Amino acid sequence: MKSLRVENVESEWLPKSSIDVKAGECIVVSGPSGVGKSLLLRAIADLDVHKGSLSIDDESFDAMPATAWRKKVGLLTAESAWWAEEVSDHIKAVETERLIELGFDKSALDWSVDRLSTGEKQRLAILRLLANQPEFLLLDEPTANLDPASVIKVEKVLLDYCRNKPAGLIWVSHDVEQAKRIADKHYHFDKNGLSEVIK
Amino acid sequence: MNMISLSVVDLSIAAFLVLILAGLGIKLQLGVTRQLIIAAARTTIQLLLVGYILKLLFDSVHLGYMTIAVTVMLLFAGREVMARQTHPYKGWWGFGMGTVSMFLSTFTVTFLALTVIINNEPWYTPQYAIPLLGMMLGNTMTGIALGLERLTQAAREQRKQIEAQLMLGFSGQQSITAIRRQAMRYGMIPIINSMAAAGLVSLPGMMTGQILAGSPPLEAVKYQILIMFLITAGTGFGTVVAVVLGSRRLFDDRERLRLDRLRK
Repeated sequence: MKSLRVENVESEWLPKSSIDVKAGECIVVSGPSGVGKSLLLRAIADLDVHKGSLSIDDESFDAMPATAWRKKVGLLTAESAWWAEEVSDHIKAVETERLIELGFDKSALDWSVDRLSTGEKQRLAILRLLANQPEFLLLDEPTANLDPASVIKVEKVLLDYCRNKPAGLIWVSHDVEQAKRIADKHYHFDKNGLSEVIK
Repeated sequence: MNMISLSVVDLSIAAFLVLILAGLGIKLQLGVTRQLIIAAARTTIQLLLVGYILKLLFDSVHLGYMTIAVTVMLLFAGREVMARQTHPYKGWWGFGMGTVSMFLSTFTVTFLALTVIINNEPWYTPQYAIPLLGMMLGNTMTGIALGLERLTQAAREQRKQIEAQLMLGFSGQQSITAIRRQAMRYGMIPIINSMAAAGLVSLPGMMTGQILAGSPPLEAVKYQILIMFLITAGTGFGTVVAVVLGSRRLFDDRERLRLDRLRK
């Protein structure tokens, strides 16, 4: 089993944090807002300048190009951004089954990004990310802007990916009920860093 | 040549028009009066100074003096490019990128024009070299300033879109391709427009000056066409180089978008 090891990662606004996640495992991280949960995920994706070490098994992040690292360690932000006209311009390979599971039919790919609702954007951003086949997923409140029915769909798609690939998930969530549904482990994040919550 | 020399009175009449405009500006509370007066004063002083320097240079043709003169011109142009940026690059990059791109494009094109096309003896005869380089720098400066401004503005506005692509494993340069293209286009638009409109909408300044000073119109036209092409090449190449350098500087070796390299 592959495992992503995050050791003493720290940046200007981010307290020193360490966490390990194995493929096939879903770790939920919660904590007060403003403490730096999004910054933690950005640092792990190597999007921000940071101290500390990141590695998959024994391979360090800086032993490979940043582009390769981010294909293995995919980040999903709370609000997705789109840079081209149509949905299909953003997604390199579509698995139709997953598209349907997320509540779309094939015509969704021809849609213009402008006409997507926030929720539709979020669900399509998941499809876009999974097309890369990442080994680890960093999920920043992926269901915060979704209606209850979509929340269940998205949880299923992400957990299926986690178990079947298998891929490791670090899932930031404020929702206690959601944490109960999906978490293999639960971490609390505050200004002292990450600590595991023992049930 | 039947050139009519201008007297101090002639210039004063023209200056009086600017003063009337300044008065109107105060009345309408436009808030540009101060700038207007300062700019008019600068034009007068700067051009007079340049006139004296040119006279000195023309009287004693020497490669050493020429080198000093063109270096000063280049450095001023470089400073101007930086001063026109809303968010210039921090440190030496802000000044350096514009200056290096201008140096590469304008000096190469001007050197080619002087040695191959005009082919005077010596090739650095100031009467040709200084005005040519001056016009090249003036226009290239605008192109580069516009290109870099567009690049940095768009990168700031579209930070989320750029980072969304980085997150999916695209490189920095891939993520900024569309913006980079747009920035290059922006830098080239003014010169393309002025070539298209030349003669129909406006008589180019240099040609007008030559005709006023007594040159035959067709000679003036030929020089103007030459200058237009040289300026277009210089501006185009300079803008491309500056935008490429600028877009590289926006990312670090880990392909992170580094907007912190721009001033706030």
